[in-house]
Amino acid sequence: MREPSERGPDRSSEHSTREPSRNATGGHPEHPEHPEHPEHPERPERPERPERAAGLPSEPPDLVVVGAGPAGMAAAATALDGGLRVALVDSGAAPGGQFWRHPPDHAREAVPTADLHHDLPAYRALRATLESHRRAGRLALLLNHHVWTAVRAEHGFAVHAMDRSHPPEERAVVLHAPALLVATGAYDRQLPFPGWDLPGVLTAGGLQSLLKGGGVVAGRRVVLGGTGPFLLPVAAALAARGAEVVAVCEAAAPSNWLRRPLPLLRDPAKWAEAARYAAVLARHRVPVRTRTAVVAAEGDARVAAVRTASLDGDGRPLPGTERRIDADTVGVGWGFVPQLDLLLPLGCDLADAGDGTLAATVDAGQRTTVPGLYAAGETCGVGGAALAVAEGRLAAVSVLTDLAAPGRPHPRRTAGVRRTAARHRAFARAMAGAHPLPPAWPAWLTDDTTVCRCEEVTAVAVRTAREEGRASDHRQVKQLTRAGMGWCQGRMCGPAVHCLVAAPGRPYAPAERLIATPVTLGALADSVEPPSATT
Amino acid sequence: MKVIVVGAGIVGAACAFHAVSAGLDVTVLDRGPVGAGTTSRGEGNILLSDKEPGPELELARLSRTLWDEAGEELGSASLEWEAKGGLVVAASPEALTALHAFAERQTAAGVRTVRVDRPADLEPHSAPGLAGGVHYPQDAQVQPVLAAAALLRAAVRGGARLHTGEAAAAVTGAGGRITGVRTADGTVLAADAVVNAAGTWGGEVGRRLGAPVEILPRRGFVLVTEPLPPMIRHKVYSADYVANVAADGAGLETSCVVEGTRAGTILIGASRERVGFDTTMNPAVVAVLAAQACRLFPFLRDVHLIRAYRGFRPYCPDHLPVVGPDPRVPGVLHACGHEGAGIGLAPGTGALVTAHLLGRPWRGADPAAHTGLLPDRFLTTGGVPT
Repeated sequence: MREPSERGPDRSSEHSTREPSRNATGGHPEHPEHPEHPEHPERPERPERPERAAGLPSEPPDLVVVGAGPAGMAAAATALDGGLRVALVDSGAAPGGQFWRHPPDHAREAVPTADLHHDLPAYRALRATLESHRRAGRLALLLNHHVWTAVRAEHGFAVHAMDRSHPPEERAVVLHAPALLVATGAYDRQLPFPGWDLPGVLTAGGLQSLLKGGGVVAGRRVVLGGTGPFLLPVAAALAARGAEVVAVCEAAAPSNWLRRPLPLLRDPAKWAEAARYAAVLARHRVPVRTRTAVVAAEGDARVAAVRTASLDGDGRPLPGTERRIDADTVGVGWGFVPQLDLLLPLGCDLADAGDGTLAATVDAGQRTTVPGLYAAGETCGVGGAALAVAEGRLAAVSVLTDLAAPGRPHPRRTAGVRRTAARHRAFARAMAGAHPLPPAWPAWLTDDTTVCRCEEVTAVAVRTAREEGRASDHRQVKQLTRAGMGWCQGRMCGPAVHCLVAAPGRPYAPAERLIATPVTLGALADSVEPPSATT
Repeated sequence: MKVIVVGAGIVGAACAFHAVSAGLDVTVLDRGPVGAGTTSRGEGNILLSDKEPGPELELARLSRTLWDEAGEELGSASLEWEAKGGLVVAASPEALTALHAFAERQTAAGVRTVRVDRPADLEPHSAPGLAGGVHYPQDAQVQPVLAAAALLRAAVRGGARLHTGEAAAAVTGAGGRITGVRTADGTVLAADAVVNAAGTWGGEVGRRLGAPVEILPRRGFVLVTEPLPPMIRHKVYSADYVANVAADGAGLETSCVVEGTRAGTILIGASRERVGFDTTMNPAVVAVLAAQACRLFPFLRDVHLIRAYRGFRPYCPDHLPVVGPDPRVPGVLHACGHEGAGIGLAPGTGALVTAHLLGRPWRGADPAAHTGLLPDRFLTTGGVPT
């Protein structure tokens, strides 16, 4: 534990060369004049910029929050209310993350999306809190900022981002703070099937993002497949916006829930939510088929039909149950994979999340095993937005405690948040148990089914790597076949390749990615050699 | 003769490949899969261009010939072999003068070099205004994990065994001669000779075998871009790189080597830092490499970096590999300390180790011609490495 006297919001000037500040004209953070250079941590003080607008952050943050989804917004709000200065960084054009994804503020009027959202009052309250702190100059809200790496630095962390608020320009920004919260969420877990590389096959989350982010209904006849309750709101939203959802194929059996009914019974809100989706789906006559999977997509230039099949207990297609369904769009989601790209290189421990993935190990206060580094939301195990909000609040309380900040929520309130988090966590565990990946899913693959779409690596190539190359994890498969070496860096195919080669039951450990998001070499170069010096 | 090769990286694979082809009974021992250490962390360089005349260049020349032979035997496609050639460029007339002098000494030592007045003739997208360069047609590249896997597969076809396990200690007999290796799980593998080809962990394996050698890690980052149509044809680097490879200074040295790959990605290597086995990301190094690459090839400014990886080059204090029998423990041979040149030097090392085992020259490797690489050079009285 740190000495309180060394910490606290009234910090000495040691970080003041790195603050995210905003200039009066562009409204975006200034470009750091010096590269981050760990070997020379002491830098001359940068003189105060005369053009800095009044009311905008003039001091370095105490906390950098990466990810402005439910967890990050809640954490930032709680930390700000407690008296800390916060930089909230997100790659999106508006706060909200995937769950509360919104069109950019300037397009909000033109693209109404309120009907697509869940628990909007909570979102609006968080935004109002953030906005008041931003006006007071305590919050730097850095949207369109893509964090490509975060490293430990002399007095905490250095968070390296690229500011893309004025495309095509891309400018390197470095934020320094004693505390870092990573709330980068999760992304759709995909399993390959014949034809999944056809245009028109999307992730369930991708369909939802198009709707929420721009009001785009991606298809006219849509089939959804995969597993997990997330398929239902996607189906309901598409149906409500006029798409014909011709089938929702849920691989799990509904009876799975009966094995562990307690978490569901303890969460009446989830009942209500499920009932609401069921009502929407019934109204639009959307058939939900359980123990069924999309086992192939067909079409020439794009998907024209899918084949579905009933599954046996292991997830193997039952002979004679195949059906062909015409569709122009397919959305598939097999749950989610925590987005750990920033956390892994920082060296924090991971633990089995119970759903086939690994997630950041955190204590009851959302502290990772790296001092000063916190995680909240799906990065510590997929559990939904309500859990993410609770975890964000708990993480912020820990930051307030660890930095000896003056304001902390009343312990009774924190205890309440903790109980909420525990309830949602139990629900998430039960959900993971009720919606496992069908163990026999590789039975859907043909030899020439593409597994890695970026590098066009087939199932037979992965099997050969396993059998002849003795590869037992996706990293070795990558070295032998190039699966996972392309644009997406294995984010898409990694979990599937893992299932194809790893020992059964071993959770997916994502590859360490030192570059969390693609950045141009020119922007990196300019961060060490300003353009004026090279031309 | 029973031989245990400790290490299934590129050097261990090449040792097994040559020892099996000489009729020896070989077991390759590694705690992990094929080529999972430093082998998988480099660019697959097979370079003569960066080596000054001396023992390492002699091994590199032998190795270059043996890579050709291995490519013929194993199929060059299985190694992703590319004889792309190297192009070393100089930005200033002073640097060019130094580069020319260096190249002349290499030519005298048997390296093919061609002066290039206009680097743009060979690399149309290189920066305008370069003073000149030298073309090294013999420089080449393999995909190192595939190459290690292919060499090992060939060794297994010839009778070699792969054993998954960790070398824990030597088992010795009369006169201190090694008779086997005890693994971490207690298994004893009998052997008449043990080859330490453990790469960056060669120092630790040497200690466990009672024959310590000083092998230190030198960290390097390599950057990988998004895939592009072919833009860069050779291994292109600035003349500073030659100085850095030989440099002994502490801390960070970067001088980038830029090249295209068959997959379309462009590789940008290679920083050099002495930071022990510190795996921490260093954004400053990444930015410096990016800046240097953009100076050589301005079009790279708009190209995305999608991946970076780092590894630890195993080096000896005098920057030469250590290849040959250890006089302190009869039966132990070292084949490690290749620093950043292990892929290029692997077949020569394998042949030289085999020659030492046989007691006679093998495939052009004559122990008498490579005495500068022997472990003796580190040993003072008492067997303490200096």
